[in-house]
Amino acid sequence: MHSHRLNNWRLTIALLSLILLVVLLLSVSIGPAKIEVQTIFRIILSRLPLVPVSQGQGAPVSAEVIILLLRLPRAIQAALIGASLAVSGVVIQSLFKNPMADPYVVGISSGAALGASTAILLGLGGLLSLPVLAFTGATAAAFIVYNIAKTETGVVVETLLLSGIAVAYFFSAITSFLLYTAGEALHQIIFWLMGGLWASSWPKIAIITPVFILSFAVLQLFARDLNALLLGEEPAQHLGIDVTVLKKIILVSASLLAGVSVAFAGTIGFVGLIIPHVTRLLVGPDHRVLLPASALIGAIFLLSSDILARTILAPAEIPVGVITAFFGAPFFIYLLRTRRRSL
Amino acid sequence: MKIAAKDLEVCYGEMRILKGISLAPGEASLLGVIGPNGSGKTTLLKTLSNILKPRSGVVYLNGSDIGSFTSREIARNLAVVPQDTGVGFDFTAYEFVLMGRTPHIGRFEKESRADRTIAADAMRLTHTEDLKDRLVTTLSGGERQKVVIAKALAQEPNVLLLDEPTANLDIKNQLEVMALIKNAVLHRGITAVMAIHDINLAARYCDEMMLLHRGEIYALGAPKSVLTAENIMAVFGVESLVMDGLAEGSVYIIPLSTLGEEEQQTG
Repeated sequence: MHSHRLNNWRLTIALLSLILLVVLLLSVSIGPAKIEVQTIFRIILSRLPLVPVSQGQGAPVSAEVIILLLRLPRAIQAALIGASLAVSGVVIQSLFKNPMADPYVVGISSGAALGASTAILLGLGGLLSLPVLAFTGATAAAFIVYNIAKTETGVVVETLLLSGIAVAYFFSAITSFLLYTAGEALHQIIFWLMGGLWASSWPKIAIITPVFILSFAVLQLFARDLNALLLGEEPAQHLGIDVTVLKKIILVSASLLAGVSVAFAGTIGFVGLIIPHVTRLLVGPDHRVLLPASALIGAIFLLSSDILARTILAPAEIPVGVITAFFGAPFFIYLLRTRRRSL
Repeated sequence: MKIAAKDLEVCYGEMRILKGISLAPGEASLLGVIGPNGSGKTTLLKTLSNILKPRSGVVYLNGSDIGSFTSREIARNLAVVPQDTGVGFDFTAYEFVLMGRTPHIGRFEKESRADRTIAADAMRLTHTEDLKDRLVTTLSGGERQKVVIAKALAQEPNVLLLDEPTANLDIKNQLEVMALIKNAVLHRGITAVMAIHDINLAARYCDEMMLLHRGEIYALGAPKSVLTAENIMAVFGVESLVMDGLAEGSVYIIPLSTLGEEEQQTG
């Protein structure tokens, strides 16, 4: 079998960026209030620096509020979180040399959920304390699972999946206990656990953006090392890579990305599992193109899922985690069936 | 001396695996390490490649203590063909071989034209050019082993360590893989150390052989001097017939019976 992939990296990335832009625009233009695309353009452009717009024919204030304070931040946050979850999934899969791993399976997300629930319960649900605690929980879970699954010869996949499940259950049990004792905060936690993007806002974007850019940039710098890691830990060492440092970089950035996502959008499953896999089919396993392509496809996927979540039962809204799981779970089963040999 | 070792002692926890190992193979030569299962062959290779640190003794790379090199510096001089060559993700054979250039490419650099030429040369030397666009996951055992060797050669090493490179290969691929290893060793002046189970294959291709017995060197030297019926009996517990002159300059071992069998027969 020869490879059937998109070999022109620049074209692939350009094309995906274009699609993302279109979906972003679509997301901003869909909603209960009908706002024309031209108006949307004018509102967005008027807020960009260096763009001259005639001030006289301004859009209605209500439209401006809807676009600038509701739809646009929501779309941007959806894109950022989709990208974060996808990139987190890519590097977790590379770390474990297994396309079945994702931030969920290895317990990172449940660790983040526990951290975030604790924050809400303690009344620390602030803009900064929430992601910090979520990140702490995510990192703790990742290191616990990794060290349980690690043997002298590397990470055994079965042990990894089982220890991931065990740690996830353990963390979920603590989360449930917190919920049980939560009292008034209960509603807030459950609402948030289900996963949704309704609470998107510019201040949150201001936190997610640097976290994403920093983690992504570091991982992109280590893209070649990540490629070598796919050959196994010892073969990577024989290529001159400090595997111990690389693994820590992977765990910390994956936990940062998943932690900040969980903190601001609750637990949205399956993005970190299916997007890396789909992207790998599309562009191949080389991280230099896999990382940016996954980020873009993850953003497109979560944005599209959010559009569905907002429109299927409009004007009511479904948690976006329901949509991603609806597509993700069957795909996971498909992976199980077709990838059985490599397990 | 590209690679050498002096008085190595290697332990896993409290268990001593290697003791008193010294070696100094010549340039453009192939040293075969033989010995029963558990005699320390793989441990020796892992110590030579700095994956395992010896409790005492020193491994020398280009004359200096290997512990004083960074892992990148080591990788520019020393390549390893490991025993398990499974690759789970779909790289093409060419992409895979090109990864051998990793230690030569800076973090902010791309592969240069020279890197691509070196990778292509390595594939030519191992007769794998035709597999260039095939996915590594779809290659047969023999093809994959040759591509793995091509990747090691793309590192442009002075030292090549191989762990059972012919295990799980059919007889044609065994001969081909050994021939191309020997060819690369001669053409590029590489010092190669190879752990191998097949004594006869080793006898035919190796310039020097080391017989390991419970972590110590039992015999070291030219294949003919190492592969005697007495040595094989002492280390493997196998009675054997040593045929001389079947292939040029080498000996051929025919195992006859194990020590256990004889005891059963006489007792």
